[in-house]
Amino acid sequence: MPTTYLEAIREGLWEEMERDANVFLLGEDIGVYGGAFKVTAGFHEHFGERRVVDTPISEAAIVGAAIGAGLMGLRPVAEMQFADFISCGFDQIVNFAAKCRYRWNAAVPIVVRAPSGGGIHGGPFHSQNPEMWFVRTPGLKVVCPATAYDAKGLIKSSIRDNDPVIFFEHKGLYRRIKEELPAEEYTVPLGKAKVVREGRDLTIVAYGAMVWTSLEAADKLAAEGASVEVIDLRTLLPLDRETVCESVKKTSKVLLVHEDTRTGGLAGELAASINETVFEYLDGPILRVTAPDTPVPYSPPLEEAFLPNVQKVVEKARELLRY
Amino acid sequence: MSTASAARPPKRKQRSKEIGRDAGRAEVARKCLYYMALMREVEDRIERKLYRQGKIVGGVYVGRGQEAIPVGTALHALPEDVLLPSHRDMAVWFIRGIPPRRVFAQYMGRVDGFTRGRDGNMHMGDMNAGIVSIISALAATVPVAAGIAMALRYQGKNGVAFSYFGDGATSRGDWHEGVNLASVQKLPVVFVCNNNQYAYSTPLHAQMACANIADRGPAYGMPAEIVDGNDVLAVHEATARAVEHARSGQGPYMLECKTFRMTGHSAHDGADYVPAGLFEEWARRDPIPRLEEKMLAEGWADRDALDKLHAGIRHEIDEAVAWAEKSLYPDPATLLDGVYETE
Repeated sequence: MPTTYLEAIREGLWEEMERDANVFLLGEDIGVYGGAFKVTAGFHEHFGERRVVDTPISEAAIVGAAIGAGLMGLRPVAEMQFADFISCGFDQIVNFAAKCRYRWNAAVPIVVRAPSGGGIHGGPFHSQNPEMWFVRTPGLKVVCPATAYDAKGLIKSSIRDNDPVIFFEHKGLYRRIKEELPAEEYTVPLGKAKVVREGRDLTIVAYGAMVWTSLEAADKLAAEGASVEVIDLRTLLPLDRETVCESVKKTSKVLLVHEDTRTGGLAGELAASINETVFEYLDGPILRVTAPDTPVPYSPPLEEAFLPNVQKVVEKARELLRY
Repeated sequence: MSTASAARPPKRKQRSKEIGRDAGRAEVARKCLYYMALMREVEDRIERKLYRQGKIVGGVYVGRGQEAIPVGTALHALPEDVLLPSHRDMAVWFIRGIPPRRVFAQYMGRVDGFTRGRDGNMHMGDMNAGIVSIISALAATVPVAAGIAMALRYQGKNGVAFSYFGDGATSRGDWHEGVNLASVQKLPVVFVCNNNQYAYSTPLHAQMACANIADRGPAYGMPAEIVDGNDVLAVHEATARAVEHARSGQGPYMLECKTFRMTGHSAHDGADYVPAGLFEEWARRDPIPRLEEKMLAEGWADRDALDKLHAGIRHEIDEAVAWAEKSLYPDPATLLDGVYETE
């Protein structure tokens, strides 16, 4: 039976809780109710209220308490009901959790799960992609899985990691994608990108839901005779620049795609790294497809215009292929 | 009242018990004086010597006049307890057995400081000593204290988290979130407020509209007690009640220790905004001479013993400073180390 992206995260959490008694969950409505997206449905019944803690609506306290428990050697997994609300716990994440190890050599092995992304008509406060707030915070790790396989393997690695991890789950993928997962246990290492489609003429680099958009675009471009390579970054921090640069060496053309807004988005950092490392291999400008610099709008025609889609990626790729 | 204490022992036994209790109080007073005087002397050395000599280059924040609060509270901490001291609670460190020399090294940015030069002043922690580092946004440790307490309970330990903060921190959202979480979860936290009446230059009446920090307690269903923060024995006694409450599973307890900040916010702040006379008024309530007078009056010590205690501390600090000054500055080649765990 194929497993959905949501079910994969759930399985990963469940297995880690079975494996390690130090792992526990805390967040809003995650216990009795099973979470706003039902990722933790059934956990409360099975693991009990000691290990599945329903908290007040207090993101700063949720993250802060996770940090405290982490300092004590536990492995808390905190859920932000929506990634948009993570800003309420921002200070705890970027000033407390991220800097403990560097400042006083204290490990904060916490995971903050954050359902992010648009395309679900959630409007400005239920659709954001706030990953870059954290990617530019040394001391954090930032994970953005695109597939069910990776979602499960990466949540397990994140829980086992001894540094604070912000784990972005794309809401649009929760029930949309599914695949057969191995019966045996596996993990996926943090900090490693993956070439998900091999090609010769152009590299598209994406993460999260945009991996699927990019793969679809690559299919369309293949029909036009272009061989497109697609890289799924999987982890944004630490960023696997090597895999990207190796691909650019091969294809000489690179298109960077993210659902996040444009200015200060990951594409800018990647472009700079490509420029610094493999400039001589480039046979065209480094281009990007991103959301524009606006809040995420609600009304369907506006949201559609806001989000990158297959058509936008195909058009930009064609422009690049003409070089 | 328990039946044991209600039972009336024979008169003679009661007398010897009282003498025993008195000896116990004398011992507590002696410890209190030692740690208060040590903190005062270390901070004086930091603020009035090393900082002015340019040997400490960053911010310096001292707890002069507030020593009774960290001392009276932390003396109740057991080894499994965890403390989250504020920047005006240095004595917590000494009570946990940390020698002053490492604190001096920390302030001077040397490798033997608790942050190996990565951070300065009281921004230091050591989980081996059960002490969590503050960050500059001071209320941030309050929800962390709740998480520590959650972990203590989770791990089946009988420990308590001591969460320290000033009056200004109680204006912060994460203070309220942390206190609320601790209350809802009935967590073993003792909240210790040093109400020194100023948050940087802002007086209390511009921070909050209620009369006391303790007034905030009932809003969370949490007992909160007002204590004379310049009377170390009063703080010590009140903390016994607070710790008993928290350790016995009844949830958090707050102590509002009323005191006064006898300095500016930091070493560079002349505190001109403090109305005339307040420093003089509070100097008369200085917790150190106040305890000494009590000890002399009760016959717990004589002047000679007190002088010896102070002289011993000065000697201890001379050695500590000399040691810290010999500690190396960090090698710039280590700049990138320790952002993440290395394999």
